[in-house]
Amino acid sequence: MVIIKTNALTKSYGKIQAVRNIDLSIEKGEIFGLLGPNGAGKTTTIGMLCTIVRPTSGSALIAGYDVIKEPAQVRRKVGIVFQDPTLDTVLTGQENLELHARLYGVPSDIREKRITEMLELVDLKQRSNDITRTYSGGMRRRLELARGLLHRPAVLFLDEPTLGLDPQTRARIWEYIKKMAQMEQTTVVLTTHYMEEAEQVCDRVGIIDHGRIIALNSPENLKESMGGDMVVIRVKEPPLEKIRALPYVSEVKENEGTLEIITKEAHLHLAEILSMIKDVQCVEMRVPTLNDVFIKLTGRDIREDSIEDSGSWVDSVARYRQRGS
Amino acid sequence: MSEGRVRKELMGIYAVWWREFKVFQREKSRIVSSIVQPLMWLFLFGSGVGASVSVNDINYQDYIYPGILAMLVLFGSVYFGLYIVWDRKLDVLKAILVAPVSRISIFMGKVLGGCTDVTLQIIVLFLFSFLFPSINPWGIPLALLLLFITSIALVSMGLALGSLFESLEGFQVISAFLIFPLFFLSGALFPVDDKLPFWLQGLVKLNPLTYTVDGVRGVLLNVNIFPFYVDFIVITFFAVTMFLLGSVLFSRMK
Repeated sequence: MVIIKTNALTKSYGKIQAVRNIDLSIEKGEIFGLLGPNGAGKTTTIGMLCTIVRPTSGSALIAGYDVIKEPAQVRRKVGIVFQDPTLDTVLTGQENLELHARLYGVPSDIREKRITEMLELVDLKQRSNDITRTYSGGMRRRLELARGLLHRPAVLFLDEPTLGLDPQTRARIWEYIKKMAQMEQTTVVLTTHYMEEAEQVCDRVGIIDHGRIIALNSPENLKESMGGDMVVIRVKEPPLEKIRALPYVSEVKENEGTLEIITKEAHLHLAEILSMIKDVQCVEMRVPTLNDVFIKLTGRDIREDSIEDSGSWVDSVARYRQRGS
Repeated sequence: MSEGRVRKELMGIYAVWWREFKVFQREKSRIVSSIVQPLMWLFLFGSGVGASVSVNDINYQDYIYPGILAMLVLFGSVYFGLYIVWDRKLDVLKAILVAPVSRISIFMGKVLGGCTDVTLQIIVLFLFSFLFPSINPWGIPLALLLLFITSIALVSMGLALGSLFESLEGFQVISAFLIFPLFFLSGALFPVDDKLPFWLQGLVKLNPLTYTVDGVRGVLLNVNIFPFYVDFIVITFFAVTMFLLGSVLFSRMK
């Protein structure tokens, strides 16, 4: 069953087109990620889907309701966790959820039970009577997740749910998101620019750049579309032609002393490739990441826009070995 | 509108009011200071000036008591409304604005929340009324009604202004050019009679707060310029106008 359907959804601010002709179809129960660098149009897209931003043209249906013609019904059907924290820091955790339950018309006879249920789900029952000003960043995010799901929305929108959190907390938040989506059987639409994280959580991802969706598939299929594994070699004089001639190599690129090879079954062929090269300084072999997919599609690294790095290449090799064995 | 829809909107109004009331209960230092300030006007300023001045044979302290009540309503209400600038900066309001509740209901919840704050503070000030011998305690309910209606007008005005400003810099400007003139030109501290310069009399009579001060002074001290019904009509008209203006501006707020 399709729960979100957009048709040529577009938003312009003056002459700037923030989102251009987006066609999406998202199934019920899916975890869908919109990936892209800052300013790609992710937040604007989500804004249109939850009726905060009015589309310039095109249309979108959420759970059968039109975002332009029936915004009130759409709002009832969606939960939103904004990029910036929006908790009421004067109120306690419990009170934040009570306020939300009333605003969303959760009937009073089930309100208490539902609030307790959600607080337990995000492991905040113990702290529920503390003012949220005293919560850590991760706790606040968890409470916002609980708040977003309190009224049993058909779709939960999460805009950069892990932004500004440390790596450990980020990993925990993703665990909560997966767990909650499963338990509540909610469709989740999220945006992030942490490609590796999205890879682990999302059933499908849409890569968005300059307001356009440039790829749409499952993370596995997107990575497979790269045509093999990545071998990255730092070397002074690469014998480009010889490597290109190898039957299993599908792509070879050279950039300032770094040789990038895409090849099938890299673990079988690495020795032969290396035997052709003199003075190898450094070798990295890995399964392509979504970030590699992004680079291939746009010619840019998504991380150029963000400060954080995805971890060293040693980690990637270790991960590859685990999967390969 | 269907019955269920109306109930949901009412629940939304209640939710926003409930939030404001919780905040009010938590910010105890703010409540204390907002009550201490008028008491200082009454006891320090009032007894100082009162040592050499009395109005219509009424002790000056007693004479300005209704004016100080109006002052509390003025400052408390407008600042409450302006506070949404801060709420918006902290994104507290964002989560409320995306809820399936109409903007008008959110606005109403806010107005009622502000009026509750201010009315409770006024009630505390009334507890001190026994210290002012000329005050007629039987006039208190009617005075409370007038002050409550005034508070609706002024909270709405504060919210209207707050939804126009993006930053807190507007606070100073509004204080200097709106709140203080409204206070000084309301007859809170001096009688409005023919001894006043002509221009001042005109300005005072244009100020809606003058009618609050006059009405409250009428019911508490039996001293007034206008008949009670005139004060009541002017204040109610002021409240309705500000409420409508505020709800329009609040609905358009980004």
